Amino acid sequence: MSAPYAKLPAWADYGLIPLINLTVAFLVAGLVVLLVGENPFRAAAILIDGALGRGQGIAYTLYYATSFIFTGLAVAVAFHCSLFNIGGEGQAYVGGLGVALVALTFDQILPWWLTFPLAIIGAAVFGAAWAFIPAYLQAKRGSHIVITTIMFNFIAASLMIYLLVNVLKPATSQAPQTRTFLEGAHLPKLNWILEAVGLSVRSAPFNLTFLLALVAAFLVWVLIWRTKLGYEIRMRGHSPKAARYAGVSETRIIIVTMLVSGGLAGMMALNPIMGDQYRLHVDFVTGAGFVGIAVALMGRSHPAGIVPAAILFGMLYQGGAELAFEMPGISRDMIVIIQGLVIMFAGALEHMFRPSLQTLFASFSPRSVGAQPSEEGRA
Amino acid sequence: MAEAAIELAGINKRFGAVHANRDIDLKIEAGTIHGIIGENGAGKSTLMSIIYGFYQADSGEIRVGGNSVQIQSSSDAIALGIGMVHQHFMLVHNFTVLENVILGAESAPLLGTSIARARSELERLEREYGLEVDPEAIVEELPVGLQQRVEILKALYRGADILILDEPTGVLTPSEADHLFRILRQLKDEGKTIVLITHKLREIMAVTDNVSVMRQGAMVATRKTAETAVEELAELMVGRRVLLRVEKGEAKPGGFLLSVHNLTVRDSRGVTMVDNVSFDVRAGEIVGIAGVAGNGQSELLETITGIRKAVSGSVTLDGEPVDLTGEADPADLRRRGMAHVPEDRHHMGLVLPFEEGENAMLGYHRQEKYLKGPFLDIEAIRADARDKIEKYDIRPTDCRLKTANFSGGNQQKIVLAREMEQDPKVLIVGQPTRGVDVGAIEFIHKRLIDMRDQGKAVLLVSVELDEIRSLSDRILVMFAGRIVGERGPEASEGELGLLMAGVEEKEAAE
Repeated sequence: MSAPYAKLPAWADYGLIPLINLTVAFLVAGLVVLLVGENPFRAAAILIDGALGRGQGIAYTLYYATSFIFTGLAVAVAFHCSLFNIGGEGQAYVGGLGVALVALTFDQILPWWLTFPLAIIGAAVFGAAWAFIPAYLQAKRGSHIVITTIMFNFIAASLMIYLLVNVLKPATSQAPQTRTFLEGAHLPKLNWILEAVGLSVRSAPFNLTFLLALVAAFLVWVLIWRTKLGYEIRMRGHSPKAARYAGVSETRIIIVTMLVSGGLAGMMALNPIMGDQYRLHVDFVTGAGFVGIAVALMGRSHPAGIVPAAILFGMLYQGGAELAFEMPGISRDMIVIIQGLVIMFAGALEHMFRPSLQTLFASFSPRSVGAQPSEEGRA
Repeated sequence: MAEAAIELAGINKRFGAVHANRDIDLKIEAGTIHGIIGENGAGKSTLMSIIYGFYQADSGEIRVGGNSVQIQSSSDAIALGIGMVHQHFMLVHNFTVLENVILGAESAPLLGTSIARARSELERLEREYGLEVDPEAIVEELPVGLQQRVEILKALYRGADILILDEPTGVLTPSEADHLFRILRQLKDEGKTIVLITHKLREIMAVTDNVSVMRQGAMVATRKTAETAVEELAELMVGRRVLLRVEKGEAKPGGFLLSVHNLTVRDSRGVTMVDNVSFDVRAGEIVGIAGVAGNGQSELLETITGIRKAVSGSVTLDGEPVDLTGEADPADLRRRGMAHVPEDRHHMGLVLPFEEGENAMLGYHRQEKYLKGPFLDIEAIRADARDKIEKYDIRPTDCRLKTANFSGGNQQKIVLAREMEQDPKVLIVGQPTRGVDVGAIEFIHKRLIDMRDQGKAVLLVSVELDEIRSLSDRILVMFAGRIVGERGPEASEGELGLLMAGVEEKEAAE
């Protein structure tokens, strides 16, 4: 018996369902705010105002979103091959090493626009290299990539602390960080774009990497849907048996996919390191690798979904920071709870409202759910 | 007229725009075997799922034993004495027969009493119906026929008076099927009512008292089995006259295009699935491999086509040897002229979430005509897909539609079109008509004969004995990983059935 499966129209699939999930997440988050004795409506107003109310807030929101676009794309590319790359955090961290090495080497001799492409390569290569080992273990030894990438996050953290403390730290400094880069490794800010539309930005780290992230999103779309490699990645992602049948080497496709994924995660490091801090320091990733998972889930692994999802999480980060500042009852951890709820409803419970919505659509307009009258569908 | 065990009146069920059941009236007399026949997608399973409480009808009435009932779930159905034996068994593999039988019907938190009660009940059922199974046997170690018996026991243990069997013979040898039919008759004699869902006309004629035919969601006819004939039922099922026999001329075999030498294959657990198998297929002939599912046919196909590695053995493809133990690669074999219609259309032959056009090049996607450098040439891919859609009459005709939205027959046509349009030398075909409606079966069979007549070597593996017998020029029978006999197409079903059951093994090996 063929399972009765009603499909939703694209706008409902990609628009309505995330919106419903988000609304529910905020309702539950509102209950949590109520529980600690604050007014959830005021909290929401502060959060949104903090994220979007002023030029300054918008610039920060976009700065955070930039990082999340990269890590979201990284997770999404792996998803298309049905690999769950939880290692974005570690890959981005090690990617930072690539950025720092390029910057420290060239910031005295090259202008930023020559350092930047080299740093992109450094970030991608180091991120990819960090993803290669779990990929190899999965492809050749069958070690589950979820486990290995999680472990590699810890290894990356320890490795980076070791390198920062023992190798990269200037002898005269007490802090576990590299020296500050010179002008040749400072990326230009993009705040002028916001100022051009009449918003005022005092000083925010919104920088050129944002545009690179948008380019990366487009290139990921091309890769997945318009190249032979992407076709093979999706083939293996949907059906490993079909990929074997088609003669697509599982080992090769797993490794290549993870290299791309790791490379994208690594490029996240450009944003804080060359765009904001101008030095490599401990824990600069601050969870962006994990947020990338939520972004990819919420964006349905499609770049056109990932960019808005990343901006949404950028808002939560920026608005959340304002909220923690404004409302004494709400600490930084409360913000993490709210983000967690969004992740839970957008990601883990993604399918919770789908069946009832499908029934609803099917009863209103059968045509819109793509159902074929039985006569048409038969030989 | 006998009293009705189940009566359906005006049952309607829609899934979106699909009207799966329309105004179904059906009366199943108590103490009879009632066959329900129809093509895939005719709505048989939906109707049975409504009776068993998996779905609720949009409108209509169900009467059991004369009383109008609401069946909201399978537990309601069980309480009304309705039992179901599913096509895919619902058994816990590593449990014993007894544990499976009491699963979900335990009478207390501690299993001791339930088990004791079940044991004596099983003994009674065994006595009354000849349903012998060792209660302590682990289910996965039982042959399929016995696993099915466990399913029947489960239903009877729950007090079923009405037993619904969904395509029960799909996995059985002819002799196992005969045994099942004996059990069904016995159950009938004891007063049970049996509903048999099938698409095999022969089974209907063999075992049922009454037969109802479904077509496109509607109940088109009910007949007394004794007063109808296979031809009439087939016509009712499809809605037009069908050729049940395949028309084909003499084979004109040419040179050897495919030779398999001493092929041995083990599965991941190290169990030998194909055991030193050798055979040839010549140009212009169809060689059929008959056998009950699970006797190594799948592994044989996958190894010849390079998907699985062999322990030993090779093939000669149009004069060129290919070592199957090493780097035999499906892509390379394709380039050398081997096309493969795999058994598992849903997971291997197609990627169901892909657009139809993307599947129309699966495996051949490295060919230059589909590419512009590393990029896909979307226009060329779609043009190629539209071309195949037209040639093979694939419906719907939109190559951008998801493949999952095509019917089984049309999905199979997508695979056939892809493989046949490559103009291969050797065509390897597994279960070409599984889950395919009668109309498409006719088309597929005709295409396979065409391929033969064009001088291709065709290797056909099917568990449908009728299909093997009507298409093949030579029949090889596979049992327990070995070829246990070769027969001509005129071999009787009984003879092949015995070989398939491994009975004549010694004799045939000589």
